[in-house]
Amino acid sequence: MSATVILLQVLRIAVPYLFAAAGGVLSERAGIIALTLEGYLIAGGFGAAVATHYTQSPWVGLVAAVALGTVVALLHAMATIRYRADQVVTAVALNLLMAGGGAFFLRLMFDSSANSPRIPAIGDGLGSGVMGTLGQPLLWLAFLALPGVWWLLDRTAFGLRARACGEHPQAATSLGVSVPRIRLTAVLLSGAITALGGAYLAFDQHKFTDGMTAGRGFIALAAVIFGRWEAPRALVACLLFAAAETLQIRLQGSTLLPSQFVEMIPYALTIVALAGFVGRSAAPAALGRVEA
Amino acid sequence: MSDRATRWDEALLPPAIALAIAMVVGDVLILAFGQAPGHVFGMLLEGTWGNAYGFGQTLYKATTLICTGLAVAIPLRAGLFNIGAESQLAAGGFAAGVAGILLPAWLPWPIGALVCVLAAAVGGGAIGAVPGALKARFGASEVIVTIMLNFIVLAFLNWIVAAKLHAPDSLHTVEIASGAVPRFADVSSAFRGSAANLTLALALSLAAACWWYLFRTRGGYELRAVGLQPGAAENGGVVLGRTWFRALVLGGALAGVGGVNYVLGYKHYYEEGFGAGTGYMGIAVALVGRNHPAGIILASLLFATLSQGGLAVNAIVPKQMMEILQAVVILAVAVSVPEVQRLLRASTKAAA
Amino acid sequence: MTATAAIQLTGIAKAFGPVHAIRSASLTIAQGEIHALMGENGAGKSTLMRVLAGMFTPDAGTAAVEGRDVTGWDTKAAIAAGVGMVHQHFMLVPTLTVAENVMLGREMTSGWSLDRAGAEAAVRALCERTGLVVDPARLVADLSVGEAQRVEILKVLFRGARILILDEPTAVLSPPEVQELWRVLRTLRANGGTVVLITHKLDEVIDISDTITVMRAGETVGRMSTAGTTPADIARAMVGREVALAKRVRSGVVTPTRASPRLEVRDLCVGSNTRTHAVDRVSFAVQAGEIFGIAGVEGNGQTELIEALAGLRRCESGSVQLDGQELSGCTVSERIDRGLAHIPEDRQERGLVLDYSLADNLILGRQHRYASTFALDRVRVASNATTQIAAFDIRPPDGTLPAGALSGGNQQKIVIARELGGAEWPAVILAAQPTRGVDVGAIEFIHARLRAARDAGAAVVLVSADLGEVIALSTRVAVMYGGRIVTIVDGDAATAATLGSWMTGAARAEGS
Repeated sequence: MSATVILLQVLRIAVPYLFAAAGGVLSERAGIIALTLEGYLIAGGFGAAVATHYTQSPWVGLVAAVALGTVVALLHAMATIRYRADQVVTAVALNLLMAGGGAFFLRLMFDSSANSPRIPAIGDGLGSGVMGTLGQPLLWLAFLALPGVWWLLDRTAFGLRARACGEHPQAATSLGVSVPRIRLTAVLLSGAITALGGAYLAFDQHKFTDGMTAGRGFIALAAVIFGRWEAPRALVACLLFAAAETLQIRLQGSTLLPSQFVEMIPYALTIVALAGFVGRSAAPAALGRVEA
Repeated sequence: MSDRATRWDEALLPPAIALAIAMVVGDVLILAFGQAPGHVFGMLLEGTWGNAYGFGQTLYKATTLICTGLAVAIPLRAGLFNIGAESQLAAGGFAAGVAGILLPAWLPWPIGALVCVLAAAVGGGAIGAVPGALKARFGASEVIVTIMLNFIVLAFLNWIVAAKLHAPDSLHTVEIASGAVPRFADVSSAFRGSAANLTLALALSLAAACWWYLFRTRGGYELRAVGLQPGAAENGGVVLGRTWFRALVLGGALAGVGGVNYVLGYKHYYEEGFGAGTGYMGIAVALVGRNHPAGIILASLLFATLSQGGLAVNAIVPKQMMEILQAVVILAVAVSVPEVQRLLRASTKAAA
Repeated sequence: MTATAAIQLTGIAKAFGPVHAIRSASLTIAQGEIHALMGENGAGKSTLMRVLAGMFTPDAGTAAVEGRDVTGWDTKAAIAAGVGMVHQHFMLVPTLTVAENVMLGREMTSGWSLDRAGAEAAVRALCERTGLVVDPARLVADLSVGEAQRVEILKVLFRGARILILDEPTAVLSPPEVQELWRVLRTLRANGGTVVLITHKLDEVIDISDTITVMRAGETVGRMSTAGTTPADIARAMVGREVALAKRVRSGVVTPTRASPRLEVRDLCVGSNTRTHAVDRVSFAVQAGEIFGIAGVEGNGQTELIEALAGLRRCESGSVQLDGQELSGCTVSERIDRGLAHIPEDRQERGLVLDYSLADNLILGRQHRYASTFALDRVRVASNATTQIAAFDIRPPDGTLPAGALSGGNQQKIVIARELGGAEWPAVILAAQPTRGVDVGAIEFIHARLRAARDAGAAVVLVSADLGEVIALSTRVAVMYGGRIVTIVDGDAATAATLGSWMTGAARAEGS
């Protein structure tokens, strides 16, 4: 039974990573660095909590999460694609904007800068235990996100164009493919998908909390890189990192291994991967480049 | 002549536009809280430049920002993005704190402070060396490595303080025995209570030294050439990997020295999480300051004013408003720099 | 059949910032002909054709295709109208397959999914029809240069192009591959297609084209029918005055001033980014007072050889000696100090820091000679600039200007001044494409400087895609093919015909 409990915990922890990594793969393969995943997660969590609070319908909350994530992605796309701003700088600013904005509007709306009121969540009636986890539709959606992105990139005309934009945008342009439009679509989808992960976090805690995402967007980016920008490998990486986090939670208070060291695992693995087997060649060739 | 004028336009216009946009966004946010923008901005100015305490706090915050801004700017001049100033700052502060604890209490403060500052530089530089070495040896993206390293280093420092070095019932180390840097309040009573200290002089001299290094020495000549045109630099006998390594170590050391401001100048101990985003803000400072030491000093004052001003108005408007405004400034500058360049060049072209 | 021209360009002008790439160009091309657009580097040929292909909007003038006004259209409209361009630098996505590259932007789908099998079948059918053979399922990254170019042409034909523009297509091809390409183009013409060929090679034009338009300094200066035109006529139109075609200027008898060679290369092997042996066991020696020319089709290891000699690329094995001292293991900087000068083939990437001032560029590679521990000696940097600018007639003569603001010829003069203008002559000069993209006046100047260096006792290694230049300057000429030196002939005996057969690899069997 304990093994099942631990396994379910791994699956639950993996949900935001899976959504964010799916958004990350999509954005990066089209050539836009996915340092904004953290901001999209915050947008999703905040949108879900606020809309659910006012309508008492978590499904409306879910739609609002996706909408807000898309809006933030639109800001990123406008700055980096239309105005050719540096992708890293813009991402740093957007993450700061979402972190500050979340707390600011919490206080404006609920007069508390720490958290929102309690909200109902999707899957509330399922109770705890195995059904509470496996009956959660967002969990299933999360596990479909990366395969979905894989299908989109590898099997559709849009995906072919997106990959061309990430590798050799001039080639795409010379064939009449609009690189800005393809990248815009990829970034918007990335924001929408990642925001689902933020919504899940809010529903899981039944509220939005300042600092709730706690760097999960960066862990998801680590999973993307560790997975060599390929969706199936990124899925494995997400599960690996979720397992590490479960281990960390289980180890808390034990003297066996300080939890901080387990916390480092995803980050350390990514650095090792970048120095070792991933290298420069695996990244999309035009990633982060400003196009004329 | 006209060339010079154009460059001034290019440097000053984006921040001016950014500030104007930030003011408008600020107005809207303040109105959303049912407050009068004029009143709030007045409070902000009064709380930062209007009295000695507020001014001291602003200078104190600017001090760290100058260091982290330089820490981003120097590698950026070599074409590298250092997002690791946050952990380099923490590592520098930690090293300074540990050095201060280990030094005997009878040591005169200038000697103690010197040792601690060097320790801070070494601590920060060591963290910068990791992405530097990985970039030079394997071509690993310094953006990703520095971000990941932030989490690793901060987790490690948390553990070492929590498990080994903390003072009883606290999350900070014991007080340093020697190396404390005098506060301005020691000299002038007007600064009483503010944290501004002599580290500001150190930061300003570092900015001057960085300017000299970048624009007057062979090392700076080579470093900038690598950032502008790596192929030509290589053909000119510059070893790229070595220059990347040097730039990131230098950046790390500069951020590390920023830790001195808090640890030696203010609290006299290392505390978990004292950086609180100052490292990331260094990116904004370098961007708005256009990677130029003089610009970085000005940009540091701007962001320090926003940050201290947030505290001054927190009673009526949440201080997070300032985070929003900082983000707006960064975004607006990032967007307007290429745009202003394009427009100005187009207009000079038309005039020619 | 019809009097309407396939292409009619009238009074086209296009400027990029202060540079007027095209001043006034007019061009008429009839349906079903192979038309050569000739001109020197920088004459505006590529820019004019990019206007036609919808990549640039002209500042003035009109463009018409098959009688329809298409001025200012975009790539998409051009493709739809059957105008396709094959670029000099390949526009292929290396991580995609041949079929994926061909259908990109015009994907074949079944429902939501890509129809890969259908695309591969379509490409295969197109291959058979045109004679452009390449496996549609292969990754583009694995293709040879010749194959990659076939994919480029397939891409254009897949979109139903009736007007095909080729920008310097033969620069990367060996002579047999060129003949293969001509066969394909003639087939296209036979099927009613129109071909525009951008080139600066006279023999090619005589070989393949029906009519010729010549461009010079951004203007179209002449239109002629190929039959009844001599190479000398075309050359005169291109340069604007009488020219001696690849005439060899004999100097006095070259007498080696010392017994041992200044540069000696033995069994050198060098890897490239894609191949293990880009340079394969190359050996040669260059005496003082000698220009050692290296001819060959681009991509046969010349770039890698020069980069390895300059210290920019790692040698896998072999030895390189300068005045009897081993160079392998030396850094770029140490090589410069031992008297190695390098005029790199890509001056904008490797030769200059375009944002640096003229003065700063004139010390690049020698910066340590101007530095004390704490500062660069700015007075000496400036006075060096003044001297060099005067000696090499660099214009405008202002050391504080950024190098990027100068014309191509003057930029190259900065590189030449830095490499050859020191107090002492260099021992060895590596000159890679020293006159590429440079105007005629500067070409003569650069040639004179290389001869002067030779006469002063330097050993010069000259690599050039311009066979005429190699023949005109070299004491001896080596030919590189497949990473090897396949022959070395005396400069006086070198002709385009003899070198050509070695460059193709055809003469290889008898040679080894």
